[in-house]
Amino acid sequence: MSVLLALAAAGLAGCGLYMILSRHVVRMVLGLSLLGTAVNLMLFQAGRVRTAQPPLIREGAVRLGESADPVPQALVLTAIVIGFALTVILAALALRAFRGEGTLRSDELRAARALGDPLAPEPGRDR
Amino acid sequence: MIGEALRAGVAVWPVVVPLAAAALALLLRGRPALQRGVMEGALALTLAAVAALLGRVAGGGRVVMAFGGWGAPVGITFVADALSALLATTAGMVALAVAIFARADVRARRRRAGFDPLFLGMLAAVNGAFLTGDLFNLYVWFELMLVTALGLLTLDRRPAQVDGALRYAAMSMTGATCMLLGIGLLYGVAGTLDMGDLSAALAGRPPSVAVTAASYLLLAGLALKAGVFPLFFWLPASYHTAPIGVAAALAGLLTKAAFYACLRVLVTVLGVGTAAAAVPGVPPLLALLAAATMLVSVLAAIAQVDVRRLLAFHVMGQVAYLVMGLSLATAAGAAAAVVYTVHTMLVQTGLFLGAGAIARAGRGYDLRLLGGLIREHPVFAALFAALALSISGIPPLSGFWAKALVVDAAFRSAAPWRGWLAAAALVTGFLTLYSMSTLWTRAFQRPRRREGGAAHRIPTAMVVAVGLMAACTVGLGVAIEPVVRISRVAAAELMAGPAQGGGAP
Repeated sequence: MSVLLALAAAGLAGCGLYMILSRHVVRMVLGLSLLGTAVNLMLFQAGRVRTAQPPLIREGAVRLGESADPVPQALVLTAIVIGFALTVILAALALRAFRGEGTLRSDELRAARALGDPLAPEPGRDR
Repeated sequence: MIGEALRAGVAVWPVVVPLAAAALALLLRGRPALQRGVMEGALALTLAAVAALLGRVAGGGRVVMAFGGWGAPVGITFVADALSALLATTAGMVALAVAIFARADVRARRRRAGFDPLFLGMLAAVNGAFLTGDLFNLYVWFELMLVTALGLLTLDRRPAQVDGALRYAAMSMTGATCMLLGIGLLYGVAGTLDMGDLSAALAGRPPSVAVTAASYLLLAGLALKAGVFPLFFWLPASYHTAPIGVAAALAGLLTKAAFYACLRVLVTVLGVGTAAAAVPGVPPLLALLAAATMLVSVLAAIAQVDVRRLLAFHVMGQVAYLVMGLSLATAAGAAAAVVYTVHTMLVQTGLFLGAGAIARAGRGYDLRLLGGLIREHPVFAALFAALALSISGIPPLSGFWAKALVVDAAFRSAAPWRGWLAAAALVTGFLTLYSMSTLWTRAFQRPRRREGGAAHRIPTAMVVAVGLMAACTVGLGVAIEPVVRISRVAAAELMAGPAQGGGAP
C-alpha cells in the first residue's frame, strides 16, 4: 500500500512538474495543483498508512499507544484548503491577464517586462 | 485582571491585533477614512505589543504561549525569543513608515480596493512567521503572506501588475510546495512539528536520505522566497510593478521573513553550524549561493534605468549578505546576519519609499528623464543620500556596521573559502556604492534634461516616512551596540540547539 501511494505521489509530482514548465499559464496552474496533490499524498503517508486503532485515548490513559496518527490528516486538510485558495487566486489572475493582454502564453505576456525595460528606447514621461 | 490577560498573551498580540483589525477594516469597506483609522490604530497597538515583547526577551530567555493549554507535541505553540522579538519590532517600524507614506500615496480608491485589510493581514502573517514555534504553522503564515502580497501587488489592477503577480504567485507556490514536502518528510522521520522537539529528535542522528532530502527541499523553498540565486527571477519580475508603497513593504518584510525562516529551520531545527548537524554540505552551498546572488544582482542593478527595478535588484543583493552570514556556520556569523537583517529591512523600505517620492517630484521612475530634484527638495535629497550611502556600507551609517560585522565574522570563521566570500562581499559593496551614487546623481544633482517644468511638490507624509527610515539608519549607525547585543543573544539561542529546545511551557 505504501509503495503504491509513493508511486502515485511520484507520478503526480512528475506530471505536475512537467506541466509547470509549460509556457501556457493554464497548464502551469493545473501543474501546480497536481504538484500540490502529490505533496498531500506524501503528507498523508508521513503518518504511516496502516490498520490501527482510531486515535481515541482510553479512559485513564495519557498516550495514544498503538493507534492512528491524527496529525497528518489535519495537515493534509489545511494544505488542501490553502492550495485551493491559491489555485483560485492564480486562476483569477490568469483570467485577468487574458482579458488585459489577450494571451496566456507566458512568453507573450510582456506587460511586467516592458515596464521600465532598460533596453527599450527612451520613453515619454510614464507614470 | 486586564493587565494579567495582556501579559499572558504577550506572545500572540502582535498577530492577533493586526488580524482582528484586518477583519474590522474589511467590514468597513467603502469607508476609506474609517479604514485608515483602524489600520493606523492597530499598527500603533502592534508596535506597542512588539516593543513590550522585546523588553521581555531582549536579555535572553523566551516567552512561550501554548494555545488552549496544549503543550508542544499536541498543540501549537508561539515562542518569542530575542530573535523573533527584534525582527518583529523592526517589522513594526517598517510598517509604520509604510503607513505614514500611505497617507499621501494610497488614496480612497486604493483603500476601497482593500489596501488596509491586506496590509494588516500581511503584517499579521509576518509577525506570525516570526513568533510561531511550529514548522507547519510557519508554512501557513508564509501562504498568508503570499495571498496578501498578491492582493496588494494587484491593487490598481494594471496589466503589468497582473502579469507580475502571476509570475510571483507561480514561483512562490512552487517554493511553498517544496517547503511543505520538506516539512512532511521531517514529520515522517521525527513525528513532531514543534521546532524545539524536532531539533532534539534530529540531533545526533546519522545523516539519512529522508532528512537530507527534506533539508534541501526546505532550503530550496525558503531560498526561493528569500530571493537567492538561482531562484530569484520572480522578484525583479514583479516588485517593480507594485504600487510603490506596497513595493516598500514587500521589500522590507517578505524576503527577510523568509531569511528568518532559513535561520530557524537550518540552524535551530537542522543544527547547521553546531556539532549536531543533521544534514551535511549546507554551508558551502550557502556560501556559493550568497556570492553568486551578490554579484549577479548588483551587476544587473547597474544595468537598470528604472528606479524601482534598480532597487528590486538591490533587495536580492542585500539578502545575499544575510545568507553569507548564515553560511559561515558560526555564532558570530549568525549574529552578524541578524544585525544585517534589521539594517536592511529599514533601509530597503526607506529606499523604495524614497523612490515613490522621487517619482512624485519628477513625474516618473525613468532615470534617463529625471534630474535636478535637489534644487527644490534639498532636505529630501539629503535623506535619500543617507539611505543610499547606508545600503552601500559607508560609515557611520548602520550599513557600515552590518557589512563590517559580516565580513569580520567571515575572517574569523574556519571556512576555507572565507577570503573569496569576503572579497565578493567587498566588491559587491563597491558596485552597490557605484549603482546608488549613479542613481542619486542622476535623480538629484545633474541638471534637468527638460527645462521648463519645475519639480513637483512632495507631500509631507512621504518626506516624513523616508525621514523616519533615514533617522533609523543614522541612529543605528551611531548606536548599533544594543542591536548587536540582542543579536548575539539571539544567535546564541539559535545555536544552543536541543539543550534549550522544547517548546513546551
